[in-house]
Amino acid sequence: MNFIAAIINGLSSGGTYAIIALGYTMVYGIAKMLNFAHGDIIMMGGYAMYIALSLAGHPILALVAGIVFCVLLGVAIERYAYKPLRGAAPLAVLITAIGMSYLLQSLAQIIFGSAPKMLVKLQVPGFFMIGSLRVDYSTLITLIVTVVVMTALTVFIKKSKPGRAMVAVSEDRDAALLMGINTNAIIAITFAIGSALAAVAGYLMLMKAPSLSNTLGAMPGIKAFTAAVIGGIGSIPGAMVGGILLGVVESFSYSIPALAPFTEAVEFSILIVVLLVKPSGILGKMRREKV
Amino acid sequence: MNEQEKIVSDNKDLVLKTEHLCIQFGGLRAVDDVNLEIREGELYGLIGPNGAGKTTVFNLLTGVYKPTSGKILLNGQDITGKAPAEINRLGIARTFQNIRLFNNLTVIENVMVGLSNQIPCNMLQSIFRLPRHKASEKEYYERALELLKVFQLDEYKDYLAANLPYGKQRKLEIARAMATNPTLLLLDEPAAGMNPNETQELMDDITFVRREFGMTILLIEHDMRLVGGICENLTVLNFGTELAKGDTATVLSNPTVVKAYLGD
Repeated sequence: MNFIAAIINGLSSGGTYAIIALGYTMVYGIAKMLNFAHGDIIMMGGYAMYIALSLAGHPILALVAGIVFCVLLGVAIERYAYKPLRGAAPLAVLITAIGMSYLLQSLAQIIFGSAPKMLVKLQVPGFFMIGSLRVDYSTLITLIVTVVVMTALTVFIKKSKPGRAMVAVSEDRDAALLMGINTNAIIAITFAIGSALAAVAGYLMLMKAPSLSNTLGAMPGIKAFTAAVIGGIGSIPGAMVGGILLGVVESFSYSIPALAPFTEAVEFSILIVVLLVKPSGILGKMRREKV
Repeated sequence: MNEQEKIVSDNKDLVLKTEHLCIQFGGLRAVDDVNLEIREGELYGLIGPNGAGKTTVFNLLTGVYKPTSGKILLNGQDITGKAPAEINRLGIARTFQNIRLFNNLTVIENVMVGLSNQIPCNMLQSIFRLPRHKASEKEYYERALELLKVFQLDEYKDYLAANLPYGKQRKLEIARAMATNPTLLLLDEPAAGMNPNETQELMDDITFVRREFGMTILLIEHDMRLVGGICENLTVLNFGTELAKGDTATVLSNPTVVKAYLGD
């Protein structure tokens, strides 16, 4: 029974990692950059939800506010911090992203202080039993949201013009440009979608553990990035697989008393193993350099 | 008559005109004073030894590089310095020397990407899958299928582009370029890496595109048989400058051209 419980919890937290990892992997695939501020967009979305909750008081309104704010923030960051660096050395972009991460964290600390805010209104109390297995409603909601988000994103990528354009840009930005695709717009759309997903992930995280501080996104961000690399960075199914895998491993590690204190070490060592065995990640493709 | 109108009327039947086109990379003049004049419906060849600057000319025409000096007029309109996507919208499409299809998309999706310019559809419609989204997706699909039929690629429509045989990939690249509804089609060494049969098929395809769409084509090519067989006029580049230009037969028998190609 412990086994099944670990799987259910793992799928649930893995789903959240996967949703965050999608943001990393899409931005990497299309803009060819690692947006290390992605985790902090989650945190900023959390504060948007906090404000919406204190003004309006309804969780759904808070979610909408979080999504809208994150989309605007993500697009603005891309427009003003990353876009001017297009064509610059990858290292310069990377450093900028890390700087952006600290900027957002410090900004939140200055505005909201370091004491955590409690977003108790987001909590979904209660659980139901399957036999002797206890499943929290919040776990169930997370699972459902994960499935919906992944399905919707897959359909969007496969069956719409912007989705196709995103695949085209991720594969060959210059060729896409010469086919009349506005690659700047596609990159902005990618940041918008990634940031909206970050807001959703933030909501799911706060629903389970309502404590919000300026480092809310730091650890989940790094874990989701790890998940994206495990799955094969740039690959959308890869981010899903990597996220779920990481979540399940984490949950199993927690449920084994001897391993529980070392859970994070266990998680990150999967990354090392995957990189040793298949450097491009589980579903990643080796990129051939074009001449 | 203001100046802009005058330029337009002077170059009425010129689809493409470049005036003193130059680009400099550091100390290297990769393209130096190139003046092309391509008339409507013409098949124009751009030839020259390796490193002569042919592909650089394409990159200038499509906006990938901005010229150091000189002008590019498309249908009389000055497009110098415009962005590649904008230039594509104004009517220049190209294929690549080393085929650059979107390999993770299917054959028909490649053409649908090429159609992106032409069917209105916005983000919100796509995200929320409004009825308008469905209609525009259907239109994309049907127009892409139509184009694939014209190029006899419809039976491969659901193949991944990467899985097509080489000759068909070339053809698909031309179909994708045609999907952007160009007035000028640039073909960058379309016969590269082809066997004689495939080259023959390609020549038929090019002739077909001209007849079917009345397309004006600028072609970079190494294969002299192909150039001699289908181009009407040529410009020969060597070290970035024009070595010779004029009608194909005259240019190809020009001793300096022969020398540039074959050495002394």
